[in-house]
Amino acid sequence: MNLKYSLKTSFEALRANKSRSVLTILGIVIGITAIILIMSIGQGGQDLILSQIQGMGATTLAVQPGREPKGFSDMASLFSDSLKEKDYLALKKKSNVPSVVEVMPEVITSATLSFEGETKQVSVIGASEVLAEILNIYPSEGSFFTEEDIIARNSVVVIGSEVREDLFGFSEAVGQKIRIKNRDFRVVGVFPQKGQVSMFNMDSMAVVPHTTAQKYLTGTNYYNEIILKAVSEAAVPQAVREIEATLRESHNITDPSKDDFQIHTQADLVERVSTITNILTALLLSIATISLIVGGIGIMNIMLVSVTERTREIGLRKAVGATQKDILTQFLLESVLLTGIGGVIGIIAGAILAFLISLILSQVLKLNWAFSFPVSAAIAGLLVAGLVGLIFGIYPAKKAAAKDPIEALRYE
Amino acid sequence: MAFIQVENLEKIYLTGELKTEVLKNINFSIEKGEFVAIMGPSGSGKSTLLHILGFLDKPSKGKYLFEGKTINEYTDDELAKIRNSRMGFVFQSFNLLSRTSVLDNARLPLAYSSIKEELWNKIALKAIDEVGLSHRQEYRPSQLSGGEQQRAAIARALVVNPGVIFADEPTGNLDSKTGLQIINILKKLNQEKGHTIILITHEQEVADFAQRIIRLRDGEIESDKKI
Repeated sequence: MNLKYSLKTSFEALRANKSRSVLTILGIVIGITAIILIMSIGQGGQDLILSQIQGMGATTLAVQPGREPKGFSDMASLFSDSLKEKDYLALKKKSNVPSVVEVMPEVITSATLSFEGETKQVSVIGASEVLAEILNIYPSEGSFFTEEDIIARNSVVVIGSEVREDLFGFSEAVGQKIRIKNRDFRVVGVFPQKGQVSMFNMDSMAVVPHTTAQKYLTGTNYYNEIILKAVSEAAVPQAVREIEATLRESHNITDPSKDDFQIHTQADLVERVSTITNILTALLLSIATISLIVGGIGIMNIMLVSVTERTREIGLRKAVGATQKDILTQFLLESVLLTGIGGVIGIIAGAILAFLISLILSQVLKLNWAFSFPVSAAIAGLLVAGLVGLIFGIYPAKKAAAKDPIEALRYE
Repeated sequence: MAFIQVENLEKIYLTGELKTEVLKNINFSIEKGEFVAIMGPSGSGKSTLLHILGFLDKPSKGKYLFEGKTINEYTDDELAKIRNSRMGFVFQSFNLLSRTSVLDNARLPLAYSSIKEELWNKIALKAIDEVGLSHRQEYRPSQLSGGEQQRAAIARALVVNPGVIFADEPTGNLDSKTGLQIINILKKLNQEKGHTIILITHEQEVADFAQRIIRLRDGEIESDKKI
C-alpha cells in the first residue's frame, strides 16, 4: 500500500470525527506548547544573563569577600569585611600580579539623590575611573572623575541617563550639585542611555569615587568587590593564581581551605548560570512531559475506540487484500498524524506565546530581552509528538491488525 | 487442473470442550468460468465454506487447491495478495465505507495492489460503468438505494479483474426485483467476461441463474447438480 493513499485515508478518518480529533490532540498541543515555551524562554533568559556577564568582557575577574557558603544556614560567609585597602594596594602592585592590567575596588550602596525637590532612589557605586574602561561606557556629557578625585575624596558623581532625566529634565546637569546623604555632590558626567550592562542598570545609577563612598556614604573601611582585568583571556587562570597568592599573603593564610575571599571569572559565572538555567529548564520540561503522557493516554484511548468502531472496515480491507502490516501501518499513521498535527499546533502556539512574553519582558519590563525560538526546540517538539503517537498508537494498531477478517465482517 | 479443488475438507470449531463439525467430507472441483450456487439451510456450513474458498478462513483438515497449489504453501501475506489480485467479494450487507464516495469505495482493492495510482481512477470508473452506476460515482453509500449500494460493491470486486467473485447472499438485503437486477449483473459478468462466480443463496430463484447448484446439509454435501 502506498504512503500517499494511507495518508489520505488517515486524514479522512480523522476528519470524519472532527471534534473528537480536536479534543484528543488538546493534551498533546498543551504539552508541546509548554515544551516550546520553556525552551524558548529558557534560552532567552540564558542569553540575557550571559550577555550581561559577557558585557564585562572575558578578561574580567571579580574578587568577593567571604568564603564559599558551607550550607544554606552559613549566612556569615555572605557578610564579610575581609577585603580592605591593603588588599587593593597589594593587588595594585604590578610585581604581585603581573598578569593583571587593571584593579578597581567597588563599594555598593543605595541612596536617595535629590535636586531642587526632585528625588530618586538609586544604586550608588563607589568605584574608580577604571569602571568606564571595564564596562566600556564613557560619559556622553562631561567626563568621568579622575584619580585626583579619588585621592582627595572629592564629592563628585557621574549619573545615569534616567537619573539625569528625573532630576534635571532638559536643563543642564553637569556642574549642578545634587544631595546624597546630606552631602552635596557635583555632577561631573552623565552616562549615555545604555540599559543593563553586566550586573548594573547603567541608566539608573550613580558612580562616585570609592574613597568618597566609604567615607561619606557607607562609613565602612572594606570593599564589596574588587574587579580586575587580566592582560588576556588566556592569562585568566594565571591571574587567578597570582591574586590568590597575593591575598593569602596579605591575609596571612597558609591553608587554602581557610581563604576568606572568592575569585569569580567570567567562565565560572557563565558555567554557573548555564548550569542553573539548564537545571530549571530540565525541571520544567519534565513537568511538560507529564502533560504529554496524559495526552498520549488520551490518544490511545480514542484510537482503541476507533479500532472497535471500524471493525467492519478492517474486515473489509483484509478481505480485499490488506495485509496485517497494511492495517497496522494505517492505524499507526493515524495516531502519529493526530499527534503530529498536535505538535505543529503546539509549536506555533508556543512560539506565539514565547514571542508575546518576550515582548512584555522587553517593552514593559524594559529588560534587554531578545525573542529566541530555538529550531532545536521545534524539531524536538515535533519528534516528541510523533513519538507519543507511535508509542501510544502501537497497541491499538496491533489490535486492529490482529482482527480476524470473518469476525470483523460479521461485527455489528 | 481444476481452478478450485477441495478434497476431504473439514472444519471443526472447538469451543471449550464442545467440538462442532461445521464442514465434513467436502469434495468438489470448480472450473474456470463456472457459475456455482451454494445452497442450504442456516447452519449448514455454506458461509464457512465460502470463507475457506476465499482464504478468509482455513480448513481444519483436508486439502484446498487454488489454481493447482494447496493453500498451505502460502504465507498469510501471499494469501492476502492472491485475495487482492484474483478474488472479488460481494457481501449481503454491502460493506461499503460510509465516509467515502462510490468511486473511492471501488478503488479500495487497488490501494493494496501493485497497480500504479495513476490508473486507479480509470479502472474504477470502468468497473462502475460496467454495473451501470456512472451517474452516482460521487455519491456516498448513504445516498444510494440498496440495489445501487450492492452494484457499487460489485464494482469494487471487479476492479482487480478477479478470476473468481465470491458472493455471500448478495440479494439477501434486497427486495426481489432489485435482487434480480443484481443477479443479472453477476450473470452477465459470468457470461460476457468469464468471471467464475461462486454465490451463496437460500432463494431458489436466485440459484436458478447458476449453472450448478451445490446443496449442503449439516456440513455435508447433499447434492451437486449441473442444470
